[in-house]
Amino acid sequence: MDDTALWIVSLLASTVRLATPLVLASLAGFYSERAGVVDIGLEGKMLTGAFAAAATAAVTGSPWLGLAAAIAASLLLALVHGFACITHRGDQVVAGVAINTIAAGLTAVLANAWFDLGGRTPSLDGGQRFLGLHFPLAEAVRGVPLLGRFYGEVIGGQNLLVYLAVLAVPATSWVAYRTRFGLRLRAVGENPAAVDTAGISVPWLRYRAVLITGLLCGVAGAYLSIAQGAGFQENMTAGKGYLALAALILGKWRPYPTLAGCLLFAATDALQARLQGVALPVVGAVPVQIIEVLPYILTVLLLAGFVGKSIPPKAAGQAYVKDR
Amino acid sequence: MSASTNSDGLPRWATLALLPAINLGAALVVSSLVILAIGQDPLSALAFMVKGAVGRGTGLSYTLYYATSLIFTGLAVAIANHAGLFNIGGEGQAYVGGLGTGLVCLALSGWPWYAVLPVAVLAGALFGAVWGLVPGYLQAYRGSHIVITTIMFNFLASALMVYLLGGPLIEHGQMAPESREFAESTFLPAVKEIAASLGYRTSTLPLNLSLLLALLCAAGVWFLIWHTRWGFQMRTVGANEAAARYAGINARTTIVIAMAISGALAGLVGINELQGVQHRVTLNFQAGMGFTGIAVALMGRGHPVGIVLSSLLFGALYQGGAELSFEYNEISPRLVVVIQGVVILFSGALEHMFRPALVRLLKPRAPATAGQRA
Amino acid sequence: MPPQPGPWAVELVGIDKRFGPVHANKAVSLRIRAGSIHGLVGENGAGKSTLMSILYGFYQADEGQILVNGAEVRIREPKDAIALGIGMVHQHFMLVEEFTVLENLMLGAEGGALLKDGIRKARAEVERLEKAYRLDVPLDAKVADLNVGIQQRVEILKALYRGAQVLILDEPTAVLSPPEVQDLFRILDALRAQGRTILMITHKLKEIMAITDAVSVLRQGAVVANFHTQDTNEAALAEAMVGRRANPAVRRPGAPAGAPLLTVEDLSVFDERGVERLKHATFRVRAGEIVGVAGVAGNGQSELLEALSGMTPFQRGRVHVNGRDVTPESPMDPAQARRQGIAHVPEDRLRRAVVKPFPAFQNALLGYQADPAMADGPRLNWKRVAAATARLMEDWDVRPRQPSLRTSLFSGGNQQKLVLGREMERDPNVLLVGQPTRGVDIGAIEFIHRRLLAMRDAGKAILLVSAELEEIMALSDRILVMCDGAITGELAAEDATEGLIGRLMAGITDETEHGSRADAAGGAA
Repeated sequence: MDDTALWIVSLLASTVRLATPLVLASLAGFYSERAGVVDIGLEGKMLTGAFAAAATAAVTGSPWLGLAAAIAASLLLALVHGFACITHRGDQVVAGVAINTIAAGLTAVLANAWFDLGGRTPSLDGGQRFLGLHFPLAEAVRGVPLLGRFYGEVIGGQNLLVYLAVLAVPATSWVAYRTRFGLRLRAVGENPAAVDTAGISVPWLRYRAVLITGLLCGVAGAYLSIAQGAGFQENMTAGKGYLALAALILGKWRPYPTLAGCLLFAATDALQARLQGVALPVVGAVPVQIIEVLPYILTVLLLAGFVGKSIPPKAAGQAYVKDR
Repeated sequence: MSASTNSDGLPRWATLALLPAINLGAALVVSSLVILAIGQDPLSALAFMVKGAVGRGTGLSYTLYYATSLIFTGLAVAIANHAGLFNIGGEGQAYVGGLGTGLVCLALSGWPWYAVLPVAVLAGALFGAVWGLVPGYLQAYRGSHIVITTIMFNFLASALMVYLLGGPLIEHGQMAPESREFAESTFLPAVKEIAASLGYRTSTLPLNLSLLLALLCAAGVWFLIWHTRWGFQMRTVGANEAAARYAGINARTTIVIAMAISGALAGLVGINELQGVQHRVTLNFQAGMGFTGIAVALMGRGHPVGIVLSSLLFGALYQGGAELSFEYNEISPRLVVVIQGVVILFSGALEHMFRPALVRLLKPRAPATAGQRA
Repeated sequence: MPPQPGPWAVELVGIDKRFGPVHANKAVSLRIRAGSIHGLVGENGAGKSTLMSILYGFYQADEGQILVNGAEVRIREPKDAIALGIGMVHQHFMLVEEFTVLENLMLGAEGGALLKDGIRKARAEVERLEKAYRLDVPLDAKVADLNVGIQQRVEILKALYRGAQVLILDEPTAVLSPPEVQDLFRILDALRAQGRTILMITHKLKEIMAITDAVSVLRQGAVVANFHTQDTNEAALAEAMVGRRANPAVRRPGAPAGAPLLTVEDLSVFDERGVERLKHATFRVRAGEIVGVAGVAGNGQSELLEALSGMTPFQRGRVHVNGRDVTPESPMDPAQARRQGIAHVPEDRLRRAVVKPFPAFQNALLGYQADPAMADGPRLNWKRVAAATARLMEDWDVRPRQPSLRTSLFSGGNQQKLVLGREMERDPNVLLVGQPTRGVDIGAIEFIHRRLLAMRDAGKAILLVSAELEEIMALSDRILVMCDGAITGELAAEDATEGLIGRLMAGITDETEHGSRADAAGGAA
């Protein structure tokens, strides 16, 4: 019994840790895509953020400077995306692919050249990272069955960026549905011509959205390399940017359902790691790949309308060209 | 990917030669900046790369070997693009296609290579086609966005192969996740053997007969796209779906067929990599070739001749980059990925930036425009 | 109430605008009296929309000045126009369909960074406006769920909410049913009564006569006439619009019509929302006759053409053509339709009947790519196609005569001739043609009319849909009139008068019309 409880607590704690970068990145995607700019470049921005954070933290010793560098680097790529897609009306998907490719190459090249560790950055020690925060009374209530450990290890004990991600969800929902910026953001993703004729600048609106995307991707990247991890490795995002995009689709481009999607994906990931080689009742040992691919299969089924239907913002993917 | 929808009347030679040259130039400038940032001399690095890629027989052989795979994936991206589809799934299609080729090579152990080859080609094409056709079907009949679906299928392919190579296909008694070696009789003749039979002696080189297959595919794609009714229909669907419907073209089946052909082409990477060189099914043998196909197709402007040329260029970059990183420890072979990304950015996403400028530059000053805004 | 402005709400002085080789506005000068309804008429492509887009800040004029309430202003973007009290209702509504009416009204005029305060104020203000002008709209309904008449009210309300004193309406009645048009005019009346100025673009002369105080006529980018509405009439306006006497072509009756080539029975088309767009259409087109379909745009004519050409499926009825029965159970796609000898020149052919990036000769094959005469086995013989295209260009006077030139580099009129030529040269039995002369120059109109008549005389069946009543009357042997998806009347050419057709177009079918309908039905049987 106690074992099961421990197992569940550790599963939940790990789910929260794994969900954090997904939440940050999928909310990042939320801003861009609701503004009508498709962003498959979340992956690349995150990766660049991760590298910038780890490299800066390793050199300066400050996780805060690392975070700032991550955000700055990711914003730079967001500007490239905006420049190509908004200013020059380039293909949004192609721009995203370009950003992912450049990020994958550049981080590896720079890491290799600057630190000479085969594409990694030096391991960071505690002072260079965002560590878990110890909540008051966590030790005292540890003895309380289940809830004590739940309080100490799932609710508490996480690093600052986890709480930031948790806050980002209601904040995003509030911005999108309660503010002028949010109203315009949602409008420009559905019908940019309506926004334009209402006397609002479509490019400037979209640039702001894309910059918020860059900001959040930077935080997500920093989380990977200087909070959850202790340094940068080549391609350390390993498809999390795409998974975040899938969560956004699963959540039908709404903040809270997207959060649910992220938690679901994170839980399957956490479960998959724990079921490696474990024989389950009835079915026996299942290949972990079956659990691993669940998010991808779910996304495919959902997009195809076999389970529910996820419809993207109407103007997503199209550059806005004034006509007539 | 609206490479073909520009209506500005840029001369053909500029579209086909000048624009790619400018894009390549921009990519070289950016990568030179990266090399400078690392503290190296871009010019000598570049010279070293060129020498490594084409300077000696070995280098050239590797360049052509990489180019072979890139021709397959570049054609795959291009043919889908002509039908208005962005196939990011070349990577997964190549991977699964290689599985088909590998299974055939494993099964037909005693057969000579020339008997195995057609079956292996068919199997590779078929497996790759299925992996492309399903996203195509979902796009055409269910409205799923092909980009997302093909990305998901890349992950699915990867998981499938990890599972198969870690279990059902693993060589008995081995830890490495790869299949047993194919029977030697099934190996595609490498250039070494061909050269030997002609009386030349060379060292072990990866370049093999599949380069001819790739060139054959390029010719086939050229004929299909520009000289058949099916190609005309694909291009119509890609350029204007409403017009396609008006013209009595079934856009849905066209999309599915285009994706199947696209997947089949990507699926042939395994002929080069597995039957040609590695002689067993290995983990990640396609190694980014599917993604690089995007840059190849964009730079080649979707035309088979352009694709063959840009495949050679990227093959040289791969090979030269590898040589470069042997010589200069500070320069990672991943530099070629940066160049690839910059090429995608400039020739794909930013094509609207260079193009109008070029149009203005090349347009003869007609008297009609002289009176405008005196 | 705002202080009484000067006599002129808006003055445009010497507005000039070019788009590349197209001279859209030529030194246009125009004065709009405050508190009046001013009509702007002209044919398609006369430059009306460009002019209004310049006033609303969508485009910048190359030359000229704009004065609002007597003061010169610069309008660089819509924001400037809104700030000057200018509002615009576009022909294609600029609404966010996923939003509620209230959200649409507030967009761009939210009244603060947070929506909370703005919403309350907006609700109060909008309710006041609704009452003042009897503009009832459900504020919390999703726009996508409203019909076009209500959506248009939302657009008007949106402009008023932003404080518009001058309201530009671009073809406001194009999408409205006759009762909705009456509603709109009532609203416009109320706005005028409150001192607001209205600028209405239209090409429907009847509406100009019904609602405006003054009218300006645009032809080929220039103002050619200004009238007080009370001093003019439809004939004078029409003459000014087209630059020649209306009704130029004398109808040339053909030989008595032969056997029916196209038989349509009880044909109905429903759109994706389940609304019946074409209702129980029944008629025949015989060999050697042109049957014209008259009606206000959007009354089912497009659906009729689309269903007959196989572009969209129909849900009820039967079409008999060239020995084949087409029913909802055994539909016909456009490729099959062509094999049945049906050629189709769609209404929006520049969007749908050509692929602009292709060279012209490839577009000359579009739709006929399965023609074995143009291929050797699997290989398309482009040389042969290009030669055929060169002949077609000669025959139809497509300029420049360069089959391998990119299609988008031809002018709109020349692209149209390419399409018409392609469809008519292949000797179809039945020709479905929508708006055959829309967007082509006057010389080409005569030419196209002659070709249509020649085709008729060669014993073909032609179904002609046109928004130009003159064209219908000049070419048709019989005329079908459509209103709200139904055929409201069928007239022999000799019996047709503009008045009669006009009433049928408006859906007025009293006893007299009933008689002629029965006649027509008998004639068709």
